[in-house]
Amino acid sequence: MMNNNLPSNMLPVMMGLFLSACVTINIYFPAAAAEKAADKIIEEVWQLDREKKDE
Amino acid sequence: MVSRFYSVLLFMALMLAPLTGQAQEANLEINTPAIANIKQSMQNRHTQLVQYYTSGAVGLTQDGMVTMRDANAVPLAQRQAVNTLVAAENQDRAALYREIARANNHPEWESKIRATFGQRWTNLARPGWWYQAGGAWKQK
Repeated sequence: MMNNNLPSNMLPVMMGLFLSACVTINIYFPAAAAEKAADKIIEEVWQLDREKKDE
Repeated sequence: MVSRFYSVLLFMALMLAPLTGQAQEANLEINTPAIANIKQSMQNRHTQLVQYYTSGAVGLTQDGMVTMRDANAVPLAQRQAVNTLVAAENQDRAALYREIARANNHPEWESKIRATFGQRWTNLARPGWWYQAGGAWKQK
């Protein structure tokens, strides 16, 4: 038989690494880009530029 | 036996998969027909809603929505109309957050996008408008 032990021991470790890698998705949420996108949409919906010019 | 080895390889490949999420950093995609439609609908509604932001009848919630804050600031006859406006606005806002997440191929970002908008609506609100912060109402 081949070294059957190693992979079965490794599986929980692998699972752990996989799950922690999934968490990094959240870390990589592009917060700055999201703010920029939000500002752009809000300025359009509330027409903030136009209001400023009116003042 | 040998297949065990391949299953480990598969796990390692899966581990790397989430890292590809890093690639798209610079800008969020917001120029889709669905988002443009929602934006237009909200912009049209804003001309009606703005008076209620100013009077304090309607306020901005922390989770990126709007709500009837002070019904007494609205004449009884108009109250139903304002409730309808608020409900329609919230429907559009929820759809907006969902569509932005979907347009960027990360549906799971919806709640973070909502939270980001929650902050930005408040930040950009005009003086006198009401917003929720830590469970309490505050005025800009």
